[in-house]
Amino acid sequence: MTEEIIIAGFGGQGVLSMGKILAYSGIMQDQEVSWMPSYGPEMRGGTANVTVILSDSRISSPILQEFDTAIILNQQSLDKFEKSVKPGGVLIYDPNGITRHPVRKDIKVYQVDATEEALKMQNAKIFNMIVLGAFLKLKPIVKMENVIKGLKESLPPRHHHLIPLNEEAIKKGIEIVKQFSVN
Amino acid sequence: MAEYRLMKGNEVIAEAAIRCGCDGYFGYPITPQSEIMETLMLRKPWEETGMVVLQAESEIAAINMVYGGASCGKKVMTSSSSPGISLKQEGITYIAGAELPCLIVNVVRGGPGLGTIQPAQSDYFQAVKGGGHGDYHLIVLAPASVQEMNDFVALSFDLAFKYRNPVMILSDGVIGQMMEKVKLSEYKPRWTDAEIQKISGSWATTGKTPDRDYHIITSLDLDSAKQEIFNHKLIAKYKTISEKEVRYEKISCDDAEYILVAYGSSSRICQKAVDLCREKGIKVGLLRPITLFPYPTKIIQEMAKRVKGFLAVEMSAGQMVEDVRLAVNGKVPVEHYGRLGGMVPTPNDVVKALEEKLINVK
Repeated sequence: MTEEIIIAGFGGQGVLSMGKILAYSGIMQDQEVSWMPSYGPEMRGGTANVTVILSDSRISSPILQEFDTAIILNQQSLDKFEKSVKPGGVLIYDPNGITRHPVRKDIKVYQVDATEEALKMQNAKIFNMIVLGAFLKLKPIVKMENVIKGLKESLPPRHHHLIPLNEEAIKKGIEIVKQFSVN
Repeated sequence: MAEYRLMKGNEVIAEAAIRCGCDGYFGYPITPQSEIMETLMLRKPWEETGMVVLQAESEIAAINMVYGGASCGKKVMTSSSSPGISLKQEGITYIAGAELPCLIVNVVRGGPGLGTIQPAQSDYFQAVKGGGHGDYHLIVLAPASVQEMNDFVALSFDLAFKYRNPVMILSDGVIGQMMEKVKLSEYKPRWTDAEIQKISGSWATTGKTPDRDYHIITSLDLDSAKQEIFNHKLIAKYKTISEKEVRYEKISCDDAEYILVAYGSSSRICQKAVDLCREKGIKVGLLRPITLFPYPTKIIQEMAKRVKGFLAVEMSAGQMVEDVRLAVNGKVPVEHYGRLGGMVPTPNDVVKALEEKLINVK
């Protein structure tokens, strides 16, 4: 198994930390992982993205042109990365603020209303965990127990009391993700 | 069970320095390697092992602090990125001229000048062919993974003290910034004064005792005849290093008709390119130099007898390719492919370049 993922959105949406939690979850079940971020001026107010790879074997390139899954959280990232999904691959996006929706018919497209759901749950910070839940529903490559372990490893101990809330958010994402039919 | 952690390459350099018993780190921040000093400052090793961590007033100050620490037989290091490494060159050539052990980490970004903060491999010439003035060489190690960022810190100090020679870890923004699974080294204590005396007592300025002469650390000799003798001594040392310390990795080379030659982050991209080529039925292998000085010249010479061509892949306008050409010596075509200015090639780009420059050439 090798899963090559791009996560892209605005800086501050938790793009990089979502990737880190996913990568840590992979380590918890003995997978090889890599996490390659965009860094520098892009992180301040602009777009941020991270390439995450989980695999059963040694990972070659941490930098890729095509992905099995694209997790897209803003319009610029959708415009940039929709074409980078492998044919037959998966694109997950949050429709909030999106005016030009995905058009490709050779990939599977899913929506997760994470912004709206995070508002309902009255905590903007769990937005990225709702999105992670959506991904895990479609690609159950890491077990929930290992995601929780991954959360423990990547969050500083002072935030460990928030792990149940994060778990709830992941479950919400699993529940609300839905297929989007491209016209 | 092995203790695996998810860490950035830069963070691992800091952790590995503490764990290998490093005595001092002197640096000045610059992207994309600032996490090295940030991690050290957060870890506060001065409370744990007594290691000094100091943010100097400039890169030049930092390298000269390394010069001072190394003179005393201490395990000392600095790190920077390309423009900062340029500033350090005077100190580096003095350290080489004074035959002192130390570690310099360069997390390369695009140039020339201030260039860009994105990854590049355009400091190959500077690292391998001198950088500063005079006939000298650094031992240059090129890590291709976060694990190697860990492993090469202790290795660098071993080599530095074995040969009394500065060692450079030539990394780049990709390896520095990415996170991978890493198994950190076990803790080794810092050397005691007695141990330093045993290891470096014949030359280090550890305090004069009545039973020995002064130890003078200098790179100056106004007597040309003596300087020439010293230059020959250095040449002999570099020859020994070239004979004994060459390190490289071969991937899928045994039946390969074409060889990609790439180090550091480019070698990772090329590994994927090899897989893509093999899926298409093209027999391609990868030679990854791990030491850039000494360079794996002999293995390239041997390969040149049976392969159809080499493609050097590096994020530069073509630097390491010159060493491949010297080794191949005109026997088969040697081409170069690279992106510049902080742009990173993808595996597909490499496959396309290989087809255009070597395979589909009439």
